[in-house]
Amino acid sequence: MSTIEIIVLLPLLAALAVGLGSPARLTALGASVGVLLLSLGTALRFSPDLEGAYQFTSSRTLLEIAGFPRLSLAFGLDGMSLVLLLLSAIVLVAAVLVAPKEKAIKGSPRFYYLSLLLIAGGAIGAFCSTDLFFFYAFHELALIPTFLMIGFFGNGENRVRTAWTITLFLGIGSLILLIGLLLAVFATGTTTFDIPSLIALAKTPGNAMSEGTQSWVFLLLLIGFGVLVSLFPFHSWAAPAYAEAPTPVAMLHAGVLKKFGLYGLIRLALPLAPAGAEKWLNLLLLLLIGNILYIGLVTIAQKKLDRMLGYSSVMHMGYIFLGIAAGNHIGLSGAVLLMFAHGISIALLFALCGWIREQFGTVDFNKLGGLAKSLPELGLLFGFGVFASLGLPGFANFAGEIAIFFGAFAGESEAMTWIRWATVGALWGVVISAVYLLRAYRHIFFGPLPKKLAVPADLTWSMRIPLLLLAATLLAVGFAPELLNQYIRPAINGLLLVSAG
Amino acid sequence: MDSDVNTLAWAVLLLPLVVAATILLGLKRWSGLSALVSTGSALLTLVFCLFLAGDGNETVDTAAYPWVDLGEHLRLTIGFQLDALSRGMMLIVTSIGFLVHLFSLGYMKDDAGKSRYFAALSLFMFSMTGIVLADNFVMMFVFWELVGVSSYLLIGHWFEKPSAADAAKKAFLTNRIGDFGFMIGILLVWILTGSIYFEEIKAAVGGVGNLALLNIAVLCVFCGAVGKSAQLPLHVWLPDAMEGPTPVSALIHAATMVAAGVFMLARVIFLIEAADMAATVITWIGALTALAAALMALQQNDIKRILAYSTLSQLGYMVMAQGLGQVGSDAGMFHLYTHAFFKALLFLGAGAVIHACHHEQDIWKMGGLRKKLPITFWSFALGTAALIAVPFTSGFWSKEAILETALNENMTGPYILAMIVAFLTPFYMARLVIVAFFGPTRTKDADHAREVGPVMWVPLVLLAAMAVFSAYGFLSGPLLARGRADFGHLFSHFGLTAILSLTGLVAGVAAAVYLYRGKSKDPLHIPLFRDKFYIDELYLGLVRLFQDSVAAFLDFVDRYVIDPLVARFPAGLALTAGSFLRVFQAGNVQSYAFFFAIGVIALIFFLIL
Repeated sequence: MSTIEIIVLLPLLAALAVGLGSPARLTALGASVGVLLLSLGTALRFSPDLEGAYQFTSSRTLLEIAGFPRLSLAFGLDGMSLVLLLLSAIVLVAAVLVAPKEKAIKGSPRFYYLSLLLIAGGAIGAFCSTDLFFFYAFHELALIPTFLMIGFFGNGENRVRTAWTITLFLGIGSLILLIGLLLAVFATGTTTFDIPSLIALAKTPGNAMSEGTQSWVFLLLLIGFGVLVSLFPFHSWAAPAYAEAPTPVAMLHAGVLKKFGLYGLIRLALPLAPAGAEKWLNLLLLLLIGNILYIGLVTIAQKKLDRMLGYSSVMHMGYIFLGIAAGNHIGLSGAVLLMFAHGISIALLFALCGWIREQFGTVDFNKLGGLAKSLPELGLLFGFGVFASLGLPGFANFAGEIAIFFGAFAGESEAMTWIRWATVGALWGVVISAVYLLRAYRHIFFGPLPKKLAVPADLTWSMRIPLLLLAATLLAVGFAPELLNQYIRPAINGLLLVSAG
Repeated sequence: MDSDVNTLAWAVLLLPLVVAATILLGLKRWSGLSALVSTGSALLTLVFCLFLAGDGNETVDTAAYPWVDLGEHLRLTIGFQLDALSRGMMLIVTSIGFLVHLFSLGYMKDDAGKSRYFAALSLFMFSMTGIVLADNFVMMFVFWELVGVSSYLLIGHWFEKPSAADAAKKAFLTNRIGDFGFMIGILLVWILTGSIYFEEIKAAVGGVGNLALLNIAVLCVFCGAVGKSAQLPLHVWLPDAMEGPTPVSALIHAATMVAAGVFMLARVIFLIEAADMAATVITWIGALTALAAALMALQQNDIKRILAYSTLSQLGYMVMAQGLGQVGSDAGMFHLYTHAFFKALLFLGAGAVIHACHHEQDIWKMGGLRKKLPITFWSFALGTAALIAVPFTSGFWSKEAILETALNENMTGPYILAMIVAFLTPFYMARLVIVAFFGPTRTKDADHAREVGPVMWVPLVLLAAMAVFSAYGFLSGPLLARGRADFGHLFSHFGLTAILSLTGLVAGVAAAVYLYRGKSKDPLHIPLFRDKFYIDELYLGLVRLFQDSVAAFLDFVDRYVIDPLVARFPAGLALTAGSFLRVFQAGNVQSYAFFFAIGVIALIFFLIL
């Protein structure tokens, strides 16, 4: 078995073990730490100088029927998927640590931990798959427990309704995505689900898709992936879902699983249908400005921390879309960096939000205040999350954002093209982010402590470790983005070479 | 030699960061030790900078730290441009920085958040050093944001006070608006010249064809300075920033950080020189800020706020000078240098007064402090003399330089505005000194005031010496005086400017003495000036109108239009149809397993299809 196979199977096998009766929290913790260590080991052994080729590849044919594409469980890593693997592993460890102890779970703790493992395992499987079928299937595998977790363990009275909303939304999104993928597969007349071969095939003269087909493929993929990433106006599932999801699920979905759609756009949509990408560029710009400015303003209006974080997570997707719209080396590198950074920072903020909700029974801005005095450590860590999120240099998010802005501005022309105007709008979004994040920080942590608020004990270690892990990651990558960019650079180079044909 | 200089520069940059991190990671438990380590590191960086200043060779860091490599068109690095400008500025930053650390040892002695305070101070020193040494726009922007956050932390040091917490937020957000423009400016300069490195931009700027866009680019870059140096219309944060501890006001909100905008403009003066329209705008904004802030200062009663408005006004002078070409830019930097010392002195003096009067800041509740606090009074008086440009003090030489340049460049309008300010400044400063230090004591707090300890008055005395002498060659050697501060120069140029500004000085002081001597209430009532032209109220209204109500409206749209349209309707359909709901409510594992199996089968069915 190759390392990647072990990394993908470990959480799934652990989920099985939990289902069969092994101690839930311990098993989950062991598996997630194992995945993290193996991923870090893989990163160390990864050679960044190969021109974007997959490394650590493995392939097992599962099903071969004449006339149909062969079905193989195939894995491999390039720099981009490696970065997302690291993201998944870090957030998984944090999410499992943040999850309540077995006794504190109302309902079946077994099922709780099993679901967390499945969500992460599915995401990791999707990021590591080089086979289109499993790329899709692993993501679906992760979605189902997400829905169920919100329905069973969510907070708030509307959780069942919310669970159904997200199920329907993401189900429909996945379906549109599936249609787009099938269209691409059939249009190239391929006999393989192998992603690199598929893209190579799409570039071979004679086999290439017509511009019309590319246009359809890209549009379907944009909307399908877009729904999964809460692209405006398909975003309304996201904020309630994150607000009502159990904390570890919000961390895993907003932090990791949602990146699947963005990853898919870069991995598949851009290389398969470059003409489509060009054609729909202005639509994408319009929608992403919707994410940044419209959702940004909606975020300002929120009165509760959980919903505000949910909306802010929707908003920040706009920046990653901008990097994808730029489509050049600088912009795409920034997009991948920001995917990682956003995943870590939103996981940190959701973890803190969950802790505050648990301790005080509310996340309403008007009912909280002055916490920094009695809980200085919490205040500091929340500050890290806030400043990372608003793009302060020194945190990973800034490196991604600035690369995206430069990428979107790049080009020979001295005129203000549409994408440059969109960048100006996106830059105003940076002001908006600062407004709502600093307001939240001000409301919850500064000013006098409301009299009614009972101050709890300071953080426990099982809370402190994941928070420190996430904060330290943000700082490390912020100070030295090359830690990740060394992997991203060859991957994006390779991708652009392929896209250019 | 170059590599030694670079090592030194790296040490100056990183030492404060290491100190801040160390305090944060554990040293904070011993607050006294944290304060000493932080102060020690400030002294050490000052010594390093003296070495740097002694070495005259200009260098650009060749061994820059590769921060993000984004291909051939964009390599973001952390590297240094060590020329006269940055070496001189580093001396200002580290010398005042050290004195403020020293003063803080006394001022913040019993503060509960002492460790946090010194950690933030060290973080500020790190960030400010980065701005000054930067050899490229992106690096400057990085540290630009970091001084913003250190300023946020220090303004909000007493965060339980709602006014302090709000002021910190306001400062950060107002600066963000400026930085919105700054970033666009950096991007525009990049597409016009193909580089983010100052030296490369300088070489390429002559070849830019699209002058209209270049002017816009320079104006956008200027937005950054408008925010950081608190020029109109983004000046509103600086007076509120006085909520921070007074030593912070001296270091950050008077001497160094707010001057970063001016420094940045001086750094890219070649861009401003290439963009005439933008240069004119810069001069006018500076002059208007100088005047408006001086008018607002006339009617303030809080000792720190008066000084804050005077800072705005003096920054206006410096910014105005940056629009006047290379000569003006030098004059502006000269004024930045002299102002840094005398304004830091005035703020620390105010801090000593506030400290002595048990945190009373209203000048009308002081009075008679001349006898109670002799050292503070005399040093404050010398600082005032420099600020109102009494001949032969440092402020006199640098202000003359700016005014004269404006006249030579035929900027008559800004020149007239600046001359009015030269009358207003002596007036409001004389008012402050008369009301606070002369006459009888007016409250118990003032009555019980006692001179501060040596750790606080030693910095005052040193700064007072600088306020008087800093313009002279033996002190400003490596700096930007360029031989202006000598008697011969004055007499050879004894023309219109000197006559007018001396008249303004005498008239201003005389008017203040006439109006305020022996008064216990302000005889003047000008609500328009007192209420700062109602600009804060106007902005608050605009924010409520355009941001908050639009946000509330869009939130409504999102809940009741977009959501029902794309979500609730199909969800409702499914719910009414769904007895599935009961599966969730039952919540037992068997029904879950069943549901899950169905899901997986449906999925596989979908896929194999």
